Amino acid sequence: MSIWLYILRRLIELVPTLLGLLILIFLIARVMPGDPVKLALGPEATQAQVETFRTQLGLDQPLWKQFGNYVVGLMQGEFGVSLRTFQDVGDDIRDSLGATLELVITALILAILFGVPAGLFSALHRDSWIDNVTRGVAISGVALPRFWVGILLQIWLASMLGLFPIIGRDSGIAPEATTGFYTIDALLNGNLRAFVNALWHLALPAFTLALPSAAQLARLTRASMIEVFRQQYILVHRAYGIGPQRIAWRYALRNGLTAVLTLIGLTFGALIENAVLVEVVFSWPGISAYGADAVLAKDFNAVVAVTLIIGLAFLLANLIVDLLYGVLDPRVRYG
Amino acid sequence: MASTTATQHRVKPRSKVIRRLFRNRLSIIGILIVTLVIFVAIFAPWVAPYPQDAGPAVHFDRALQSPSWQYLFGTDEVGRDILSRTIFGARLALQYTLVVLGIALVVGIPLGLIAGYWSNSLAATFILRVIDVFLSVPPLALALAVTVAFRPSIMTAMIAISFTWWPWFARLVYGEVLKLKSQPYVEAARSLGQLAWIIQFKHILPNIISPIIVKATLDVSFVILLGASLSFLGVGAQEPIPDWGAMVARGRNYLPEQWWVSTMPGLAIFITVVGFNFLGDGIRDALDVWD
Repeated sequence: MSIWLYILRRLIELVPTLLGLLILIFLIARVMPGDPVKLALGPEATQAQVETFRTQLGLDQPLWKQFGNYVVGLMQGEFGVSLRTFQDVGDDIRDSLGATLELVITALILAILFGVPAGLFSALHRDSWIDNVTRGVAISGVALPRFWVGILLQIWLASMLGLFPIIGRDSGIAPEATTGFYTIDALLNGNLRAFVNALWHLALPAFTLALPSAAQLARLTRASMIEVFRQQYILVHRAYGIGPQRIAWRYALRNGLTAVLTLIGLTFGALIENAVLVEVVFSWPGISAYGADAVLAKDFNAVVAVTLIIGLAFLLANLIVDLLYGVLDPRVRYG
Repeated sequence: MASTTATQHRVKPRSKVIRRLFRNRLSIIGILIVTLVIFVAIFAPWVAPYPQDAGPAVHFDRALQSPSWQYLFGTDEVGRDILSRTIFGARLALQYTLVVLGIALVVGIPLGLIAGYWSNSLAATFILRVIDVFLSVPPLALALAVTVAFRPSIMTAMIAISFTWWPWFARLVYGEVLKLKSQPYVEAARSLGQLAWIIQFKHILPNIISPIIVKATLDVSFVILLGASLSFLGVGAQEPIPDWGAMVARGRNYLPEQWWVSTMPGLAIFITVVGFNFLGDGIRDALDVWD
């Protein structure tokens, strides 16, 4: 089967899952007790105003009809009206998506840069004291609550030492938006000051988000490298009299790294998931923080939209990993 | 492994497992931390220096005092002893973790058994589809979305986490059952006309209990972190309940001068989770279960 057919098949397989997710989240968000409309309009609103707004939102219709309307709207790229900002949820989200992606991707790069070499190093020097130290640090690092790490960094590095900004994404010199990534946009505009400013704001949130993931990546990389060392073909190389260093770098690493790729996919998922904590701590204007505010405000359209988008990103990340896996490892066939 | 000898079989390895567990230095640290946390949680009213501070007590005369011998972790904005609240927080964290994992096991295991045992049935297809849907969103995001249907409370957090957690157990059990169900001893039981549910619970379940135990132990730290995260975001436990995540969140109002208000409960989360991670890893090594 050609790779394009395979991609197409996998994308089609996503449809029932996404539809199921939509039904699940829609039901959760629409059958909540209490009156979100009343909550949104505040205690001053008259009963007539509440009823009018309710009709506008289509909440007076039966649930299955509401769902149908929602799906039809979704097909046209409409996520409904937010009960908190009274704008279209799609418009609200559009700007924040870039902020979250910039944060998550930077954190992913940091996690890979720290985690993978640490895990490799640990595996190559298995059971040495340095391996034990690395493992100890990694297993503790996984236990760090991100919101707490962020607060500690805010206290010590941002407030006490003044090395970094405490919150936010820019100091009022946001570059003109092209990609939604401030760092890249600043470079595209040739605005070095904005670039440095964006990086400076990005540093602590990205590091906070990355730290436990780097630790987890180091652990998993170590485990999968050790698994590779156990394989028969490594034994064969050893029987031929090839030195351990050469085996490690020339023969083990390639297969080990294919496994690491899957782990990077998992890491991406964990980063998307936990971005919300970091965004809230650092007032990062991302989609997850928007989602958290929406949950607190019982803004159901926004909750459904954010959850769907996070689910979609998660599923697509898994798909991309599967595809890359086949590219890197010829033993894997698409089918 | 014949089911009739299973009871004799398990006696010996169990002592071996415990021996292996105690040989690992990290798991000993884990056991020590976990024992301490459980002890403190059970005896919270006696261990905490100011047990009345776990609730809505107010002592404005000693508000926001930095850590001292009298108040080891300092005091919060209404003068409550943070150490006492952190100790009661351990009780709360263990309680909700037990409830969540209990629900996840009770729901997940039977569904996993059904899907695995009748793996070609309509029910299995349905269960697997539902699991796929639940696992298509990362747990924190799904749990957060679920809380929109309820008022913020510790109950809400527990419902939301249980809701996201059962599919993981169902999928684990499903995979293990698939591996086991064509084993000769299962087929023998089936050919003798044994009832399906007896085969599932009496013959299959005891043989897949190791990976379930390992997962449940490792999950303790995930659930504690998830619960604390939900409370931190404001959808879980509310004042005056001494939840670690909620305490960290409230402490943010007093940064950076009164750093201890946020730092101390966060430290408790960190140490507890480290302890359960060490223990979980140790148990996994001792039982020799790898996924």
